[in-house]
Amino acid sequence: MLLEIKNLHARIDGNEILKGIDLQVNAGEVHAIMGPNGSGKSTLASVLAGREEYEVTQGEIWYNGKNLLELSPEDRAREGLFLAFQYPIEIPGVSNTNLLKTAVNEIRKYRGEEELDAMEFLELLKEKSKLVELDHKFLSRSVNEGFSGGEKKRNEIFQMAVLNPKLAILDETDSGLDIDALRIVANGVNKLRSKDNAIIVVTHYQRLLNYIVPDFVHVLYNGRIVKSGGKELALELEEKGYDWIKNDKSEVTV
Amino acid sequence: MSTTETQKIEELANKEYKYGFVTEVEEDRLPKGLNEEIIRQISAKKEEPEWMTEWRLKAFRHWLTMEEPKWPNVKYPPIDYQDISYYSAPKKKPKYNSLDEVDPAIRETYNKLGIPLEEQMMLAGVAVDAVFDSVSVATTFKDKLKELGIIFCSMSEAIKEHPDLVKKYLGSVVPYTDNFFATLNSAVFSDGSFVYVPKGVRCPMELSTYFRINASETGQFERTLIIADEGSYVSYLEGCTAPMRDENQLHAAVVELVALDNATIKYSTVQNWYPGDKEGKGGIYNFVTKRGACRGVNSKISWTQVETGSAITWKYPSCILQGDNSIGEFYSVAVTNNYQQADTGTKMIHIGKNTKSTIVSKGISAGRSNNSYRGLVKITKKAENARNFSQCDSLLIGDKCGAHTFPYLEINNSTAQVEHEATTSKIGEDQIFYLNQRGISTEDAVNLIVNGYVKEVLAELPMEFAVEAQKLLSISLEGSVG
Repeated sequence: MLLEIKNLHARIDGNEILKGIDLQVNAGEVHAIMGPNGSGKSTLASVLAGREEYEVTQGEIWYNGKNLLELSPEDRAREGLFLAFQYPIEIPGVSNTNLLKTAVNEIRKYRGEEELDAMEFLELLKEKSKLVELDHKFLSRSVNEGFSGGEKKRNEIFQMAVLNPKLAILDETDSGLDIDALRIVANGVNKLRSKDNAIIVVTHYQRLLNYIVPDFVHVLYNGRIVKSGGKELALELEEKGYDWIKNDKSEVTV
Repeated sequence: MSTTETQKIEELANKEYKYGFVTEVEEDRLPKGLNEEIIRQISAKKEEPEWMTEWRLKAFRHWLTMEEPKWPNVKYPPIDYQDISYYSAPKKKPKYNSLDEVDPAIRETYNKLGIPLEEQMMLAGVAVDAVFDSVSVATTFKDKLKELGIIFCSMSEAIKEHPDLVKKYLGSVVPYTDNFFATLNSAVFSDGSFVYVPKGVRCPMELSTYFRINASETGQFERTLIIADEGSYVSYLEGCTAPMRDENQLHAAVVELVALDNATIKYSTVQNWYPGDKEGKGGIYNFVTKRGACRGVNSKISWTQVETGSAITWKYPSCILQGDNSIGEFYSVAVTNNYQQADTGTKMIHIGKNTKSTIVSKGISAGRSNNSYRGLVKITKKAENARNFSQCDSLLIGDKCGAHTFPYLEINNSTAQVEHEATTSKIGEDQIFYLNQRGISTEDAVNLIVNGYVKEVLAELPMEFAVEAQKLLSISLEGSVG
């Protein structure tokens, strides 16, 4: 199993956001995590990536045979965990190329592989930039600085393509994308799907899942996964809205 | 920022000074104190002619009427000028024909600093006039320069061998009455470099001096004079490291540059004086007056500085743009960490027609340090069509440091075009986390961001110096050594 989350509880500033998450992800699978605003979707993504503001109070996360919670954020990345940010960060003065070159070589060093030389690296960038139809000029521009919302999201998927993660978490990658950009991003992600890696798609809306078709859909509500199913669950949600879950949930608990 | 992240960044910012060691060399030094007798003794020890002694004395008498400036945005305990020894030199001042004759302890110091002279001579093509404490002990590449008529020697030697040039230009840019520290320097200056590039000659190599303060409690008063005659070009590099010391060491240098018609002088500095320990104890007081005069038409003076050291830096490399169409440039990176204080910037004085100046200042503050940019752009009445562009950026690391910008503009001609841009940014937890998430450690992330921030300035440095500067920046801000 690539990822196993057991009874995960996490809080920020004293507020408990995750209240017992259980999730299992195998290599080759795509999982969608859906839920209304404030249900804990982005918190889950942040906890997996190792954001320090979030405190895990209970539970375990096992990733690729390792206790994920004991790894620093950079070591998680080097172990092949990638987070496509909901709000990608601007880093003035640091070019995309420079960031990726540093990242690729740090990851390779960690794995005991040789660093890529400049030619091999540029070749890799060229190949991967085609995946998301990213213009070459973006490579020399500062990371996300002055990028439109869509360009930032495309840049995240481009970085994912270059870093070739085992587990990619896409945090609301569809938000702020028009339909064309959505298609490009989704195509890029689909080309990266393989039997060796897994993808967790965190999203509010079903529309992204028309393009990135998930194997499993989980509905997160109030810090817990309240419903799991196949891809048809997403359609059902779209049709009935989150109130269905909320009402359903209240019926169960009453 | 979360506390752990802040702590991590602070940890990285708090590494030990790498170049803290002391060389044991027998010294010849004057007793502490400052009076006319001491000045006569300094002059006598240096076997100076009468006119030089008199110039020093004039400066000293003027200095007695002056007060230490209080306007810089820095704080330090009062300096007792009678408690400083104003001259020290390695004993038995020999004349060296080759490096083999240089005191092995001194050569060992250079090796520790990573400045193997021979290698530099062979590989880098850099002529090194190495100042060890106050007396030049090794000068290289002289013959090659001699062929071209370029004079590159110590100031002491220039006073003896080229008195006409020294008399004509010494104090012509920074007069002995200029300011408290420059006047003190004029009275007691120990040594420094002298460069004269004759008409139409392009100096084929970077001229370089490594300064090093070594004698404890000895103020260093360097005096440098560079003259580029008509149509000539010279690039001068100044770099320094100093050993770890507890006492505050006063350093009050003066650098004067003169560019005649169509001449260009490029002056680059990487400054790494001992900044004091983590509690702010010790460290060098660096009160420097650097000024260049673009005296001729189409002349150009360009200052580039990377300042990482000193407990206190007080320094404004300036350009007086007298010649028509002359150009002044100032590119600066100033890093402060722990309890370091820096008040630095430039003055661009436009006097000639169509004069242009560019100012790019990048301040980086970490720890509990304070970093101020202070700059003056002055356009005089007759300076038709003067242009200036200033960009002053500040980068903060952590939340206990300070950045301040004091831009002054004096415009007395309506044809002037002056632009000023300023930004303040902070290395944020979000940026660090983003880079962490891409597999980059916090240390490397800070490095990446800082290097991106300063690249405009480093691009102005000669290649090998830029590499050294980049290394220094990461040593100054981060844990990794080398």
